[in-house]
Amino acid sequence: METNNTGRFGPFGGQYVPEALMPTLQALDQAYQRHKADPAFQAELRALHNTYTGRPSLLYFAEKMTDDLGGAKVYLKREDLNHTGSHKINNVLGQVLLAKKMGKTRVIAETGAGQHGVATATVAALMGLECEVFMGKEDTQRQALNVFRMELLGAKVHAVTSGTQTLKDAVNAAMQEWVMRMDDTHYVVGSVVGPHPFPVMVRDFHQIIGEEIRAQMLEAEGRLPDVVLACAGGGSNAIGAFYDFIDEPGVRLIGCEAAGRGTDTPEHAATITLGSPGIFHGMKSVFCQDADGQIAPVYSISAGLDYPGIGPEHAHLATSGRAEYVPVTDDEAVAAFSYLGCMEGIIPAIESAHAVAHAIKLAPTLGKDKIMVINLSGRGDKDVAAIARYQGVNIHE
Amino acid sequence: MNRIQQVFDSKRAIIPFVTGGDPDIQTTERLILALAEAGADMIEIGIPFSDPAAGGPVLQLAEERALTGGCRVAELFELVARVREQVTIPLLFRSYINPIFVYGPERFMSDCARYGIDGVVVLDLPFEEQGEIRAACKAHGILQVSTISPAPVERLQKIAKAAEGFLYCIGDFGAVEQSVRQVTEIPIVAGYGAPGAETANGVVVDTAIVELVAELGRDSVASVVGLLQGLR
Repeated sequence: METNNTGRFGPFGGQYVPEALMPTLQALDQAYQRHKADPAFQAELRALHNTYTGRPSLLYFAEKMTDDLGGAKVYLKREDLNHTGSHKINNVLGQVLLAKKMGKTRVIAETGAGQHGVATATVAALMGLECEVFMGKEDTQRQALNVFRMELLGAKVHAVTSGTQTLKDAVNAAMQEWVMRMDDTHYVVGSVVGPHPFPVMVRDFHQIIGEEIRAQMLEAEGRLPDVVLACAGGGSNAIGAFYDFIDEPGVRLIGCEAAGRGTDTPEHAATITLGSPGIFHGMKSVFCQDADGQIAPVYSISAGLDYPGIGPEHAHLATSGRAEYVPVTDDEAVAAFSYLGCMEGIIPAIESAHAVAHAIKLAPTLGKDKIMVINLSGRGDKDVAAIARYQGVNIHE
Repeated sequence: MNRIQQVFDSKRAIIPFVTGGDPDIQTTERLILALAEAGADMIEIGIPFSDPAAGGPVLQLAEERALTGGCRVAELFELVARVREQVTIPLLFRSYINPIFVYGPERFMSDCARYGIDGVVVLDLPFEEQGEIRAACKAHGILQVSTISPAPVERLQKIAKAAEGFLYCIGDFGAVEQSVRQVTEIPIVAGYGAPGAETANGVVVDTAIVELVAELGRDSVASVVGLLQGLR
């Protein structure tokens, strides 16, 4: 869908970064294009996915949930079963392998909920690279266990105290660190955001999700699904699930954004629903911002969706009408979190629970001959303590 | 534009930077008037941005203070209109692309021209993306300053050849100067204290000034003027 070589998706995308970063981005783009076309690189990545990540991930027919909702057949794409517990490792394995081929000895990453940080720390350990992770101070408190997990994996975690002390500030800090040390360091951007080539490269590494859904669905049902649902913060798991179906007009693509305490309050992160076009974090896309272009503080119970922007390809898919984006509140996501546990014995990440919540609303409105796939992007172990707090349950960790 | 050319005519230009609205608009106004009076050759006014990714922590905190104090883009234009009654040296806005993009590049440059801004430095608009505001700058006679940073020679020279007015080096000036001077005679400014900045045609003094404002707030004017005079 890119319209030129600086990674445009319609009007969105681009490379809006300080001049100092451009040579590094261009070198990265060239190296990526070279390795992407190299069968040996692809084979090495595929082998790692098969032996280390645990791919292909399962496509599971949620029969009880389907019966309970009384409408479309519901399938779950089990990215939560990947090593490190989420889809994030798809991208990290690709980028860290690339970084190693480029001769880098150190990787840095931002993280919100900690899933991307844990995945980066994991793969850095696997491949013998130094790893430092930037995480908003508020997120280090919300996800203290993941901080310790990254440290156990040998990574150094920096608590970022600037701005709102959440994901966007972690991206700012990681970007600044990269500008200061580009020679030996690769910045493993964790979503389909940032300057070109990241939105393209990260999407390519997650594209395997949709490819597997297609093959598994053809195997199970002999046809493509009618709806594919995914949660969308930056939008990496969503684009991974969507990409293989973009040219299949019969497949509805629905991204579920974090509406926090509601789209009628200022406490949300529903970028496509309530944001406006802007240029930030190296890309032209849609952002939550004020009339002066100051990036808004956003809120969601989910640290992984608590981001004021969205990847440029999603902005384009939304603008062109190819994909729909819907807001899902904290309350709805928490209810879905519990629902899936009780119904199917699967505790989803609170991020993924946003997609489950919309599926719960949508499935009964569709006929029983319809099929929907929810991309279950991560597992919910990391969220158990936060959900207990949300529900006012006192547990002693 | 002509105002800017004169800056580099005979001497090494001193270009102080102030963060608009830090700690308040009135102080920024007094600083600009005092700096112009004290012999600044050109002044940069920073439009604070919520997520400044290209400056160090000192500049970042100043922008936070300005925004916490409620600084709005419209107020900065009003500020420029007021100081223009007394100040004849060139005034530049320095910011990130988003405040300009959201204001609307056409309307932004039109207001720059109306209120008396001579040029803009956009820190996250590299060579390939300069088209974002080029037409608006041209239409209103606002200089779009090209930034340059250490890069392969071909890139440095491509940027240098296309640059107008002057080049704005961010980072190691020594790593940039020779390649650039081979292909252009336009002046190059460097950050005060940057490696090799002694041979630049002008120096931008930002962090040192912003540090004084951070420390002394509304009472920083005399000290900032003292700093500037010390550089002469």
